[in-house]
Amino acid sequence: MAIAMQLLGLDFNLSFLSADMISHQYAGTDVKVLNNLTLPIHENEFFTLLGPSGCGKTTMLRVLAGFEVPTSGRVLLDGQDIVKIPPWKRPVNTVFQNYALFPHLSILRNVTFGLRMRGLSRAERHKAANEALALVRLEDFVNRMPSDLSGGQQQRVALARALACKPRLLLLDEPLSALDYKLRKEMQGELKRIQRETGTTFVFVTHDQEEALAMSDRIAVMRQGQLEQVGPPSDIYDRPATSFVAGFIGDSNLLPAVPGADGRLHLAGGVDLGVAGQQPAQVMIRPEALKISPDGPLSGRVADLVYSGAATRFSVTLEDGSGTVQIQQASASTSGISVGDHVSVAFDPKQLWVLAA
Amino acid sequence: MRSQGFQSLPWRFRGLSTSALLLYVYLYIPLIILIFFSFNGGRMATIWEGFSLRWYADVIQSEQFRAAAANSLIVASISASLATALATFAALGFRGRPLRGQGVMVPFLSFPLVVPEIVTAVATLIFFISVGVPLGMIGLVMAHTVFCIPFAFITIKAQMDTMDHTLEQAANDLYADPRRTFFAITLPLLWPAIFAGFILAFIVSLDNFVISLFLAGPSSTTLPIYMYGMMRLGVTPVVNAVSTILLVVSVLFVLIAAWINNLNKK
Amino acid sequence: MISATQKQRRFGLAMPAVLFIAVLMGGPMLIMVFVSLVERAPDGGVVWGRFTTAAYTQFFYEENLLGEMSFNTDYMQIYLRSIYLSGFTVLATFVVGFPTAMYIAMQEPRRRALLIFFLSLPFWVNLLVRNYAWLLLLRANGLLDQVLMGLWITSEPLNILYTNTAIAIGLTYSFLPLMVLPVYAAMEKFDFSLVEAAFDLGANRVQALLHVIFPGVKGGIIAGCLLVFIPCLGSYVTPVLLGGSKSLMIGNLIQAQFSAARNWPFGAALAFVLLLMVIMAAALRAVLLRGRNRREL
Repeated sequence: MAIAMQLLGLDFNLSFLSADMISHQYAGTDVKVLNNLTLPIHENEFFTLLGPSGCGKTTMLRVLAGFEVPTSGRVLLDGQDIVKIPPWKRPVNTVFQNYALFPHLSILRNVTFGLRMRGLSRAERHKAANEALALVRLEDFVNRMPSDLSGGQQQRVALARALACKPRLLLLDEPLSALDYKLRKEMQGELKRIQRETGTTFVFVTHDQEEALAMSDRIAVMRQGQLEQVGPPSDIYDRPATSFVAGFIGDSNLLPAVPGADGRLHLAGGVDLGVAGQQPAQVMIRPEALKISPDGPLSGRVADLVYSGAATRFSVTLEDGSGTVQIQQASASTSGISVGDHVSVAFDPKQLWVLAA
Repeated sequence: MRSQGFQSLPWRFRGLSTSALLLYVYLYIPLIILIFFSFNGGRMATIWEGFSLRWYADVIQSEQFRAAAANSLIVASISASLATALATFAALGFRGRPLRGQGVMVPFLSFPLVVPEIVTAVATLIFFISVGVPLGMIGLVMAHTVFCIPFAFITIKAQMDTMDHTLEQAANDLYADPRRTFFAITLPLLWPAIFAGFILAFIVSLDNFVISLFLAGPSSTTLPIYMYGMMRLGVTPVVNAVSTILLVVSVLFVLIAAWINNLNKK
Repeated sequence: MISATQKQRRFGLAMPAVLFIAVLMGGPMLIMVFVSLVERAPDGGVVWGRFTTAAYTQFFYEENLLGEMSFNTDYMQIYLRSIYLSGFTVLATFVVGFPTAMYIAMQEPRRRALLIFFLSLPFWVNLLVRNYAWLLLLRANGLLDQVLMGLWITSEPLNILYTNTAIAIGLTYSFLPLMVLPVYAAMEKFDFSLVEAAFDLGANRVQALLHVIFPGVKGGIIAGCLLVFIPCLGSYVTPVLLGGSKSLMIGNLIQAQFSAARNWPFGAALAFVLLLMVIMAAALRAVLLRGRNRREL
């Protein structure tokens, strides 16, 4: 099942970087941190590894960077297997979660570090460094020390340092997790802009699905070392491949459905869902796709409601025993409803998504 | 949670600050008196007869003092250097994921500090004589290095443990192979601790008495041994002067070591 | 994952230091035990081939000129005096040092670092110098006497020097930081809100101290006791400067065997016994702390 899902998302011919059947377990343990993972990554794209903690996304990033050699599998860059090549020989740079700026070096010397190791001349180094710092809008800070800068500024220096080397691949390990909300939102925009301006291929790791949806060209959802789904954000959101992805991305309602004599799926209580189906399945519908409306086919009681200004979120327990659904609706249209009320719920069959049971 | 307790407790346990103050006075007064009386003009060590630097002049002009001081400085320099080098390698070897047996080997490096000096002195003396090591500067250096290693090691390892390991990964990521990473990143960050460790080892060697007493030959008298000889002869301000010199040197070095080690903690 | 070559490299880095200490401490210890079981030579060396336990029996029995053995308590007295003085010093340093440790632990972090620094500073001064300072103070008509007589508190010199009291004072002064530092370290990790809670529940200061604070810093107290006891037991400088010939400690006794008395096996045996006592004390500490939170050590 999972393999079939992987094949759907893959595109072997066009990828310039491909992680091929990567498996990894730490010495002395049986636990497979990565389990036959295959990721094709396109050039110039913003690719995100998304998953809960412990799913192996950071390990995968370390494999790409060269800090871990996987127990099996290949990493192909332009067709060459680089899996055994040490980090200092790979044209891959990393932005670390804790920034890892060298405390004893000035900002300039931090940013030019990689270039110095590569043997570029002083003029070349300074030119590249200034360009990189201009990209992150920190040109004035060249002679400061890392300890003089705030967290957000250090973050940007780390980015500049990695970009200055113009790598084929830039890896970002949850770089925004230490920032406060406002700064985070700001940096998300900045990162997207920089990626588009430089055209560098970004591989971004995060556990925050909102962040992934906002920034990525394509997302790979991971769980326990395996790939659940790969695709653009809209695919992931509207057409999740598994119930895990459906549950992990955004909020979703998952309702059990059975095939009826008419060849269509029905809920437990018999309500026709308007989609064809021969097998028992799970039907996913997002909270914003359900509506409390006087002539809806479903009925239930309001168990709870949370008012948040523009929208209100309702928990409605369906009478036919299918369960409790979350409904998100504009507050204006639902102002009179309170807990305990009997309501009817409508949906659009086109917004339903069928998952395997 | 703790700050709440702090604000109300000191006045509940009255007398703490007074007893602390008394303790510090108790610790420093004898030394201050000793220093004070080294400037005594009179011949009696504890009867004040006016300010004078004559005893320092006597000390500095004394051939024996200069010889003993030279010996001490030579032994300390070599022992501390050797010990610091060994300790640095050991600290580098023990970093990262633990090797087999590391749990025993690391505390073992502090072993010389646990054994009473007199036992070490006796055992080393017997050992040197049986093995044929001559009792002189070489033997002193060997014995001093042994107890200098823990001091250097503890200082360096402390810094090593707080050092951010991702820095070296970042360097690797930025095209620096392990050798260049070591010289560009690891060593500069470790340098203050190595230097501080050296200084502490130096002081400890300079100050050492019991082990040196047993192992020094007639021509390798160290400064503490020289001082001891004078103390046995009698209490005179000259002894005060020599003591003060040694005291000031030790304290100065400790201050330098502390200052250097603090440079890293910005 | 550490590669095999990396493991080798790391071992190679660490081994020189470990071997250096192993050879220059382990070797001597073994030979010391060996020598303690060997016959003493008349000129002060040892007769290598001949084994005997004479050194150990010498501790208890004395052979007079006629070759008869009689029970001799001299050496036992010295050992007992050493144990007694060391124990007393542990107590004294505890009484003097504990309130200070508590005081420092209650200060704000920057002040604490400063206080600890100044507490340990005297420790880096040569032991001879520190004990000599007390020599100056305690001798007949020394400074203490001058002050006391000047204030008309006493009319004659106290003659503290060359007594057990002088040694006790010297030992306490020399090793005070070794008690305060571990106790302070334990206190730093101690949660003082527990004491607040005790007060809140009606305990008075003494009860809070005995039932909340002491158990809480037990690890530090035990460590401090050990760190003071061991050097005191083997101390040489203090008794030699402040003790005089009537108040010998183990250290003096051992040293004498290698100078005036010229009895190397006996000296080696004494040193070995001292070493065993130290090991026993350390084992005692391990037993007392068994099952305790490792973090407190």
